[in-house]
Amino acid sequence: MIEFNNVTKVYKNEFTAVKNINLKIEKGEFLFIVGKSGAGKSTLIKLLLREINPTEGIITYNNQNITKIRKRNIAEYRRNIGFIFQDYRLLPKLTVYENVAFAMEMICCNAKNIRREVPLVLSMVGLSDKAKYYPDELSGGEQQRVAIARAVINKPETIIADEPTGNLDQETSKEIMKILTEINKRGTAVIMATHDREIINQYQKRVIELKQGVIIRDMKTGGYSNDNKKA
Amino acid sequence: MTIKKLNYILRQAFKSLWRNRMMGLASIGSVTAVLIILGFILIIVLNVNNIALATKESFDEIAVYISDDVEEAQIEQLGKSFKEIDGVMGVAFQTKEYALERLKEDWGADAWMLESLRKNPLPNTYIVQLTDVQYSDYVKSKIETFDGVEQAQYYKDAVNSLIRISDFVKKGGAGIIIILLLISVFIISNTIKITVLNRQKEIELMQYIGATNGYVRGPLLIEGLILGLIGSIVAIVIIFFSYNYLIKYLAGGYVAIVTGMAGYMVGVDMILNDLIIIFLTIGIGIGILGSLISLKKFLSV
Repeated sequence: MIEFNNVTKVYKNEFTAVKNINLKIEKGEFLFIVGKSGAGKSTLIKLLLREINPTEGIITYNNQNITKIRKRNIAEYRRNIGFIFQDYRLLPKLTVYENVAFAMEMICCNAKNIRREVPLVLSMVGLSDKAKYYPDELSGGEQQRVAIARAVINKPETIIADEPTGNLDQETSKEIMKILTEINKRGTAVIMATHDREIINQYQKRVIELKQGVIIRDMKTGGYSNDNKKA
Repeated sequence: MTIKKLNYILRQAFKSLWRNRMMGLASIGSVTAVLIILGFILIIVLNVNNIALATKESFDEIAVYISDDVEEAQIEQLGKSFKEIDGVMGVAFQTKEYALERLKEDWGADAWMLESLRKNPLPNTYIVQLTDVQYSDYVKSKIETFDGVEQAQYYKDAVNSLIRISDFVKKGGAGIIIILLLISVFIISNTIKITVLNRQKEIELMQYIGATNGYVRGPLLIEGLILGLIGSIVAIVIIFFSYNYLIKYLAGGYVAIVTGMAGYMVGVDMILNDLIIIFLTIGIGIGILGSLISLKKFLSV
């Protein structure tokens, strides 16, 4: 589904963020991207979202070269991807329900559809009873669940989550992971950048490790680092 | 653009206007404030111009006194000659008898004093109406060359200073209006910039979700338009009522000069149409322009 071919990104300040990335991600896959800050995780995500273009190389999505997408077609491309942020990015003046509906309104505008779909997705993330709450009345974990609901409401083929548990404690992180796994089971690919050693070790999914912009490890099932695999 | 999309954009615009109503009030406030100042300057310029015009009209005539020894036929001939001079609009003859009658009327109760006159001391007079005061010097010099003309008189200094004043007010007013317009575009684009900045996250989010630029831009442009529209309507209402009040206040004043001035003032109904057109154009224009300027920065993700 997604393919990186010899992708290199050099920023204007001549910093090479990622170098010679070759990567293939299949439909419905669950994938962790690990690595220290500055290893190139964010750049990889930005490339996928077509926020930036690579300096060299090609990225394809369903055989479409996304580096060649015209500016006005970027929005349409992004509808294939649901994005989850570390800091949730909920709109504070909107209720839980409205935050999720907001994403749907942008894409299609059938009010009837919205009224039917939003409660379904909210119940999937276990927030049916908090539909009328505002984000600041929710815990961090609950806010991230709203953000997940918002990301999946338009039924994207792929979910990209950038450190979704980065601001959450262990217990809450597990809840988030449970939901993401559930979404993955329904056929949506999940690409998750994370630092969370425990989660990676527990789930034993495909792991890609980046170091100074280079993929140093790509394992079908793996732990946080090579040492942990043995453990 | 489909009706569906338009419908969406309108609904979204109103929704987000409501959500960001405090910032919206600030924008409306600045549009209104600028337009009110603009409106009052406009009204001052219009009125000074109007008073100048009205006064000028009563000055753009030359009184030509004819010697008493001139025959009637020659008087008639003089009138025809005056009419042919460049810059003369019309000529009216006033007999010395008529002049005396008018003087008696003016004096009213004191008119008996004139009865004692054995001979009418007033001359036969031609009132020469000019097309414009600027011809006064030229026409006067021409008239004075004719035989039988005793004197040609007009209020030169008054006319000249009047021309200077009205010119100055017109130019100064235009200058102030232009400066004010520039300032207002700056203020309002900044206010809207703050609105957009406040919503940078929302706009970014929309772009991550995959909203097309039309969906992002459309509601914000409509919002700018609506804010400008409301701001200008408020300004129109305020200007209308306060100007109306001012005229009524002056007209009902105790001092005769002030009351007289109210008569020279441009009526509200005369300027209302122009005011509405000017204000709506400026208000809506600034609103949209402000949105466009500030949006350009944020459509980059």
